[in-house]
Amino acid sequence: MSDTLLYQYGAFLRRKSRFLWLVAFMILLLALAGLALGPSDMGLQEGIRALLSGEDATHRSIMLQLRLPRVLAAILAGVALSVSGVVMQSVLRNPLGSPFTLGISNAAAFGAAFAVIILGAGNMQSNSSDAVLIANPYLVTLSAFLWSLLACFLILLVARKRGATPENMILTGIIASSLFTALTTGLQYVADDVELAAIVFWTFGDLSKSGWRELLLQTVILVPVMVYFYRNRWNYNALDSGDETARSLGVNSYRLRLTGMVMASLATAAVVSFYGIIAFVGLVIPHMVRRLIGSDERFLLPGAAMTGAAFMTGCDILARTVISPMVLPVGILTSLVGAPLFIFLLVKGIGASQWK
Amino acid sequence: MISLEKIHFAYNGFPVIREVTCRFSRGSFTAILGPNGSGKTTLIRLMNGILFPQQGRIRIGGKDISGFHTRALARQMAYVPQMQQNVFPATVFDTVLLGRNPYIRWSPGKNDRIVTSGIIEQLHLEDIALKDINRLSGGQRQRVFIARALAQEPEIILLDEPTANLDLRHQHEVLGLLKELSRSGITIVMAIHDLNLALKYCSGFMILDQGRQVATGGKEIFSESLLEKVYRVKVKLIKEENETYILPVEPL
Repeated sequence: MSDTLLYQYGAFLRRKSRFLWLVAFMILLLALAGLALGPSDMGLQEGIRALLSGEDATHRSIMLQLRLPRVLAAILAGVALSVSGVVMQSVLRNPLGSPFTLGISNAAAFGAAFAVIILGAGNMQSNSSDAVLIANPYLVTLSAFLWSLLACFLILLVARKRGATPENMILTGIIASSLFTALTTGLQYVADDVELAAIVFWTFGDLSKSGWRELLLQTVILVPVMVYFYRNRWNYNALDSGDETARSLGVNSYRLRLTGMVMASLATAAVVSFYGIIAFVGLVIPHMVRRLIGSDERFLLPGAAMTGAAFMTGCDILARTVISPMVLPVGILTSLVGAPLFIFLLVKGIGASQWK
Repeated sequence: MISLEKIHFAYNGFPVIREVTCRFSRGSFTAILGPNGSGKTTLIRLMNGILFPQQGRIRIGGKDISGFHTRALARQMAYVPQMQQNVFPATVFDTVLLGRNPYIRWSPGKNDRIVTSGIIEQLHLEDIALKDINRLSGGQRQRVFIARALAQEPEIILLDEPTANLDLRHQHEVLGLLKELSRSGITIVMAIHDLNLALKYCSGFMILDQGRQVATGGKEIFSESLLEKVYRVKVKLIKEENETYILPVEPL
């Protein structure tokens, strides 16, 4: 009898693993599509040949400087935002947690704009999407992180004093968002025309700002953060049972919650400080994956990371092709796709899934 | 074995537990009784290490619990809270598997799954093992939480109102299960309101009134005068064969 139960549970886990493999395959397909598409008519085969042989310098340059960093940026941003959303929801025990709804994205965006305009960490060039050249990415990320921490502590303070109820969290998020949007608007007010256009473009959420230096810095930040989250996957499951139960199961819930929020803010800042605000990914993807494979963090964390990566890569492909040769900022696409998707999840739901 | 020595605890300067001293021996099944606000839940939380006494010591096997690491304490003592509603869905199997947490370094292994499935069968939960706990009845859910506590392989299980919100049948089922567990050598301490249920199943009793320990011992501690003084209700003590029943008559 015991063997039957163990077999059933094993089959239950294997179904979830199958979902992870399927999404991994989707990422591969989307990444290849992302490498194949662009304003230049270079196909995937030519691009890969140019990359490997180095014969065609133009094609090689398009691949190395434009398409590859962009695809990698989409994957990293998708992973960081989705996983941050999962962790924020878990540590606050609140389904409305996400970097965007809690105002952390806006705080990070303000921090980045603050570093660029006030601290002189960036140069303004023109009113196009690549208007801001980040001269000092470390300062921008640090500033974005520190301001996002401020929003994070505000959330934790309210959660500690009044409880992390959906109402409290969403109200605090609205207030934090409004506050940091007002501060960013304040910066826009004192900026000159070119700077103003640059800040507006900057806040759109655009992957065209991605380059190897940014990717390297993001990787250096995100890898330890993701390892930390994955290492605590089982503890996050315990945290969902409530503080007292988690503690009685041997989990230091206070430290886990605090570190989780700080790490999630850092991951958000690592994305927002380079690409601007990319809304809805951190909210929609965790919910979608929860509905598909359940809330066991052992599968939810990698599942959300990979689905987020696939979603962002897909949205970026759309952003590049929908009104080609013009490229839309991907932040517009994630909201346009994410908002109806979230409403669909709320109203209809996906219900019992074969992977659950 | 768990012992309390002159435990004192106050919230914002207001004493909630005053000088409580008691010893719970191995395999005993003790009910902590008392009216609302008498300090039952606070005492359970103090014993569990969720709260820390301002004076006095709590020892397990002679060692002060403040000296235990959280995980080491979780291997000695499990806790079943009064109400638990998961925000996100979790299966019965995964919930019971959580009890292995104090033994898990990264993620549960094969042995943890074997222990879990054994406990699920012991408590006859196998038919609902892959169901979401939020969709279970109150009685089933309470059994799942007791199963999770057992997965910790503890020497002591603390429970806060394990029969709250349960119908009569499930109240008896849950307490019957706890009595069985105490017979297997696990020390069980629970806060409970229902005097008659406590009298039927428990071997030891502690009655609290405004944080003071007014009586501790076996069934012999119950008297009409004591209960009337503590609960401010006129009661009648009915003794029938080996059983004692308490009948509340009217408020005093």
